[in-house]
Amino acid sequence: MATELIAGREITVDEEGFFADPSQWSEDMAEELAKAIGIDELTEDHWKVIRFLRKDFEETGETATIRRVSTMTGISTKQLYQLFPKKPAKKMAYIAGLPKPTGCV
Amino acid sequence: MKRLLVLGAGTAGTMVVNKMSHHLDPNEWEITIVDQEETHYYQPGFLFIPFGIYGRNDVIKPRRDYIPTGVDLIVSEIELIEPENNRVKIAKGDRWLDYDYLVIATGTHPRLDETPGLVDEDGKIPDNVHTFYTLDGAVRLEKFLRKWEGGKLVLNIMEMPFKCPVAPLEFIFLADWWFTEQGIRDKVDLTFVTPLPGAFTKPIAARELGGILEEKNISLVTDFMAERVDPDRNTLVAFDEEEVPYDVLVTVPVNMGADVIGRSGLGDELNHVPVDKHTFVHAKYPNIFALGDAAALPTSKAGSVAHFAVETWTENFLRYIDGLDMKEAFDGHANCFIESGFGKGLLIDFNYDTEPLPGKYPLPGVGPFSLLRESEMNHWGKMLFRWMYWNILLKGKEMPVTSYMTMAGKWS
Ligand SMILES: Cc1cc2nc3c(=O)[nH]c(=O)nc-3n(C[C@H](O)[C@H](O)[C@H](O)COP(=O)(O)OP(=O)(O)OC[C@H]3O[C@@H](n4cnc5c(N)ncnc54)[C@H](O)[C@@H]3O)c2cc1C
Repeated sequence: MATELIAGREITVDEEGFFADPSQWSEDMAEELAKAIGIDELTEDHWKVIRFLRKDFEETGETATIRRVSTMTGISTKQLYQLFPKKPAKKMAYIAGLPKPTGCV
Repeated sequence: MKRLLVLGAGTAGTMVVNKMSHHLDPNEWEITIVDQEETHYYQPGFLFIPFGIYGRNDVIKPRRDYIPTGVDLIVSEIELIEPENNRVKIAKGDRWLDYDYLVIATGTHPRLDETPGLVDEDGKIPDNVHTFYTLDGAVRLEKFLRKWEGGKLVLNIMEMPFKCPVAPLEFIFLADWWFTEQGIRDKVDLTFVTPLPGAFTKPIAARELGGILEEKNISLVTDFMAERVDPDRNTLVAFDEEEVPYDVLVTVPVNMGADVIGRSGLGDELNHVPVDKHTFVHAKYPNIFALGDAAALPTSKAGSVAHFAVETWTENFLRYIDGLDMKEAFDGHANCFIESGFGKGLLIDFNYDTEPLPGKYPLPGVGPFSLLRESEMNHWGKMLFRWMYWNILLKGKEMPVTSYMTMAGKWS
């Protein structure tokens, strides 16, 4: 697997750039990760989502789906599309240093 | 007496009581199963109804005929589960049923009301919007298609996960065949709209199936997360404002577990029950299991998966009640025939870790079924499945395939 320099640290990433090991992530990396995918500023709502994703991953071992994030944070799916334009599921996971969400089969 | 209570007498619940009445001593165990309806539906048959291949009577049987003697079947709505008190409230007679072990097999169900515009306040669905995910919906679509003279037919998947992930592809393949038979294929524009990045989830299968869509001249729209249906403009609208207009919309609605799961605090955001993916034990309650579509698991929601799951679970449960560790681990094995039209079909076989691969099944090199390739034999496999379902599967008899996945005969 490849490594990338994020916030001055060596991070192991998968083919698409998602964190291979979520424990390598820390909050100070989020801004840089967001900028890399075109989100210039992280608002309170962005952080609410990121923190929920981290906590939920710790508890369940899975990256939450859009519906789960929306139900649990009270931020509507429509808003999630505004906060993380075009591909919210992937973008949220990327900024939070989590594996790509597994589109369930 | 120890009490085993099973909620839902669909594919999974019916298999469970057939297995258990065979294995458990009737002097020690009381087995009860509850379902709200007298009729058992063969849901895979719904797919064929819009094209007149099956009718209503081909897919229904009395539920009671499949419940073994010695098992108590109660026909009633289930209202509440109280896991702390080991009891379940049912509507009939306002009764509480106590249990020592509980199996939740209440399935997952299409919910038109989850998408704005699919139904109006009175629950009415627009004349040119259809679904084949319910028996009534499939029959209504058959009536509609018989009179339809052509235009743009859009098949869309509202949200993941939904039961039988291959059914929408099969529908569009069959539609291509059926309109050809009717002599109006040149007047019909077929479009397949999915929230996934490809025709299917798993990359190799997505590529193969995407190729078949192209060959059949069916358009594919990916990454489309539908927000609502605009019935006045006959348009499907996505959360990112992308739009797909239609003349006829055939939708695979949002699927959700039974409301009683949510109401009882046992489910996730879609009322599916979080359980251990190898043993089906509930995350919080060690005497509660969820099997079949009701369980929140990272594998397909399908009858074949329910079958493999119940086989593995049976062995485990018999150890569990004797205080032994659960040994067999479910691997997420799924195995689905995909009807592709013109008398042909495909077969895919996969599990939690391995995606569908080409090859032969179940006998390496011999088959008779071809994996991930169209063949006439696969079509006959699909048609035979109905007979197997009623006569072997539901009754918990041995099927001629293993419940765990094998790599023999596959090309990786
Ligand atoms: C169109 C279509 C095509 C399909 N094709 C295939 C296929 O080709 N191959 C395949 O393997 N699978 C296929 N499936 C999927 C398959 O039918 C299901 O995965 C399978 O039936 C799941 O079994 P289950 O026991 O989990 O749920 P179900 O069989 O749905 O049973 C759930 C039961 O619970 C009862 N219930 C729910 N809530 C309550 C309540 N509150 N009170 C009382 N009773 C309740 C319901 O009445 C129902 O009988 C298809 C499904 C559809 C819709």
